[in-house]
Amino acid sequence: MNITVIDREEEEHQLEAPTDMNFNLMEICRSYELPVEGTCGGMALCASCHMYVHTDHELSDPSGDEEDMLDQAFFVEDNSRLGCQIKITEEIDGLKVELAPVGE
Amino acid sequence: MIQTDILIIGAGPVGLFTVFEAGLLKLKCHLVDALPMPGGQLSEIYPKKPIYDIPGYPSVLAGELVDNLMEQIEPFKPGFTLGERAESIEQVGEKMYQLTTNRGTKIQTPVIAIAAGLGCFEPRKPPIPDIEQFEDKGVDYMVKDPEKFRDKNLLIAGGGDSALDWTIELSNIAKEVILIHRRTSFRGALDSVDKVMELAKSNKVNLITEAQAIGVKGNGVLKEVVIKSKAEGEFIKPVDNFIPLFGLTPKLGPIAEWGLNINKNAIEVDTKDYSTNVPGIYAIGDINTYEGKLKLILCGFHEGTLMVQSAFKYIYPDAKLSFKYTTVAGVNGFEETVKA
Repeated sequence: MNITVIDREEEEHQLEAPTDMNFNLMEICRSYELPVEGTCGGMALCASCHMYVHTDHELSDPSGDEEDMLDQAFFVEDNSRLGCQIKITEEIDGLKVELAPVGE
Repeated sequence: MIQTDILIIGAGPVGLFTVFEAGLLKLKCHLVDALPMPGGQLSEIYPKKPIYDIPGYPSVLAGELVDNLMEQIEPFKPGFTLGERAESIEQVGEKMYQLTTNRGTKIQTPVIAIAAGLGCFEPRKPPIPDIEQFEDKGVDYMVKDPEKFRDKNLLIAGGGDSALDWTIELSNIAKEVILIHRRTSFRGALDSVDKVMELAKSNKVNLITEAQAIGVKGNGVLKEVVIKSKAEGEFIKPVDNFIPLFGLTPKLGPIAEWGLNINKNAIEVDTKDYSTNVPGIYAIGDINTYEGKLKLILCGFHEGTLMVQSAFKYIYPDAKLSFKYTTVAGVNGFEETVKA
């Protein structure tokens, strides 16, 4: 399956992601060496994988933990998510996300 | 002046356990950490999360692991300098470094073990254009001295405990406090949330929810903050101070300037003893990198254990070192902490 990621320089990257490895979107971005920190390792305990979802895929709603952690992100929009909370499954084939700005 | 055998930068799990292994070799340790408490990420990011891959513990909460490590190293009376960031090192003699913290504490040591994890935790700075122009000129990322804000018009941004706590505290000091948060619910302690709601009701705090600060304006000093609200669109608030409180994030910080070989924010080490390219300086735990590196606490414990053997030989090149199991020799602690 394929995912498009727009980086902070507005460059588009086509990512091919396996669905049988229990990956999440933050991990896939990191494996392609895109500038996603994933400081907490995917526990929804930092906000370093904040992204905007640009397609209308049906994603599960953000959990309370994810909402709480989005409070530490910047320029949060209605389509904001933490990449680590989006599981790589067949359902999100064709997903397009954009990396949100990060503070220093 | 503090003097020690091994100065450990970072009081996370790996730094703490290294005290134990050093203690078995009769080496005394002193730890420096930017956070005000020991434990590093385990205390700051995930104290309530269970960890499942510590040998011998089917499950242990991160906070408990820190408590246990503190108990385990207690016999070796480590020194702590907490809430201070390791800033600079200089060579002050043969096999003797002097480290200075950001608050001027000086520590002399033959060996430095950098166990700094992802770096030191610093306030997260919003990527608002031009915000750095106003740092200390109206923009503060932490409250050091509440008096600084007496009779000022403040805008605090954030939804966690520090945003709530400072809103409550500063509402007694400042002329006006505006708290801006991106949604209507807060993640902080219930008591604090209730208190802020009460203050908002009695107009002691101006609460703006479902809104975010997106711009800063001024002329040398901060004058206005641009706010984007779901209901009202963009508008401008004239303020004296803007205090964004968005938690902490780890930064490699000054260590990057110490002449160590650094690869993608990690320090390159030799896996035979986790030494860096600079004699007497080692790097252990998440901060180091080598072929096959895994950022696991248990790997850091191993690295610290091997590292102190090498440090012993570095400090006492002529001494004989015979390895003893704790089952044979027990744990023979030190008499007392040597206070600086």
